[in-house]
Amino acid sequence: MNPTFASIAIAGPEAVLTAGSLLALMLGTYGGGDRALKGLTWVCVLILGIAGLTLLDDPATRQYAFDGLYVADGFSAFLKVLILGSAAASMLLALPYLADVKTGRFEYPVLLMLATLGMCMMVSANDMLSLYIGLELTSLASYVLAAFHRGEARSSEAGLKYFVLGALASGILLYGITLVYGFAGSTGFPVMHAVLGAQAERSLGVLVGLVFIVAGLAFKISAVPFHMWTPDVYEGAPTPVAAFFSAAPKAAALGLLVRVLVGAFGPMQVDWQQIVIFLSVASMGLGAVGAIGQTNVKRLLAYSSIANIGFALVGLAAATPQGIEALLFYTAVYLAMTLGSFLVVLQLRRADGAPVELLSDLSGLSKVRPGLAAALAIFMFSLAGIPPLLGFWPKFAVFQAAVGAGLVPLAIIGFITSVVAAYYYLRLVKVMYFDDAGVAVVSDGGRTNGAMIAAAALFCSPIGMLAITPLVAAAGRAAAALYVITG
Amino acid sequence: MIGLSHYLVVSAALFVLGVLGIFINRKNVIIILMSIELILLAVNINFVAFSAYLHQVHGQIFAMFVLTVAAGEAAIGLAILVIYFRNRGTIAVDDADMMKG
Repeated sequence: MNPTFASIAIAGPEAVLTAGSLLALMLGTYGGGDRALKGLTWVCVLILGIAGLTLLDDPATRQYAFDGLYVADGFSAFLKVLILGSAAASMLLALPYLADVKTGRFEYPVLLMLATLGMCMMVSANDMLSLYIGLELTSLASYVLAAFHRGEARSSEAGLKYFVLGALASGILLYGITLVYGFAGSTGFPVMHAVLGAQAERSLGVLVGLVFIVAGLAFKISAVPFHMWTPDVYEGAPTPVAAFFSAAPKAAALGLLVRVLVGAFGPMQVDWQQIVIFLSVASMGLGAVGAIGQTNVKRLLAYSSIANIGFALVGLAAATPQGIEALLFYTAVYLAMTLGSFLVVLQLRRADGAPVELLSDLSGLSKVRPGLAAALAIFMFSLAGIPPLLGFWPKFAVFQAAVGAGLVPLAIIGFITSVVAAYYYLRLVKVMYFDDAGVAVVSDGGRTNGAMIAAAALFCSPIGMLAITPLVAAAGRAAAALYVITG
Repeated sequence: MIGLSHYLVVSAALFVLGVLGIFINRKNVIIILMSIELILLAVNINFVAFSAYLHQVHGQIFAMFVLTVAAGEAAIGLAILVIYFRNRGTIAVDDADMMKG
């Protein structure tokens, strides 16, 4: 077969997403415009589903495409399933919101699909070039999505802040890539791994480049000290977009960070381990402390996502296959918890029709909407890591991996910060269950969103423990696939 | 004779200027966009210099990709800036403070 066609066959999900997003754009432009939003969204979900199906016939072995720029293995397949699933959920959960605030434009699912294409490229990147293109495709679509509510000042300010800081992060990342390219002589991950492994003494240029690359990627996963944009963007962006930002891009950027550090910089593990430990401790600490004073639910969830990234990075700091497995397990469960929390917030409106944003709007929710209050309570307890709920187990797994790698102090710090973080999760539960009903909350949103909330709540409840065994097994296979040539 | 290190020094200076331009400037968002272009220019100089030094073509190809993406980035940045100006009537950096905490 022609090598180009063979490559496209390997990059099945990306090929489907590319063709699909162009098709969706044409359908939106010539097939009814904004009135077709609902139908177009379902078409896009179908395309994401087809892209997911192409992952099924993936052989267990590692396959390279496009002259080594692209790699398909168990690691990328695992993350792509998570990315496609949460992108589809983010598309569907937006429908009632977009219809309500009259910004229902057909570009929303198209932009989401382009961002998803970029994320799939990110987790399959095997070269700095494909890493950069995937990252930028995701980022550029995300900047537009943050400013999607273009008539509102806060949304455009969120878009502007995200753009400026995101462009700066890309610049820092690129500068790091140039230094590593110059001193290692290649941009391909396997070659870099081999060259760095052969060098007895590391030059300063490679080390500086590594720091710059990690800094640029830390911005994308909103790890402290590169988190400044997160609360502002989550608050200003439309709520469905904030839900999307908290889910799929986090999984993709974490996967990319793991791939770069293990796949390309594996021989420099001693150097990057320290950076990751610092990022992890700072994110867990600031995520826990920063959320305490918040009165806005979206800002609170933003700090929660910063803290959760810190916990996931504990697994990477361990730098063992067990640690990566725990990180993947953590990411999968975190996606369900964060999407569930945002779904509940999206379901609620104040009596005057404005979306619920303040914590005080939720007071007495258990009396008005007991079902939604119970679901949100499950997500909060799960995010806090209270044992019978599913959120406890991935936390336990990352700490176990850290202890296994000899990082006992890191595990202890993680434990302490998760206790501190439990305070604000439990405060939200207290507001819902024990405060007097202040503002009347009415619920709207379609049955689809209700069904997604129920599914996510069921997954996070103790019943979800049935899913642990297959999930951990899949994460284990994915982590093992990452270490095939590098280990 | 101008060698690799001269190019690297120029590029590092441009990079630092770009980063400082983003952080020190409190007046105008357009200047931030110019600073971002400066950073990407520094990156491109680095790529081409290393590419010539290593006798490889990879770095130059990478530089072409960076140029293309930079054009797209500038277009999106200006578009966001336009809707921001429509909403607020100003593009001063210090006025972008609706959200805090």
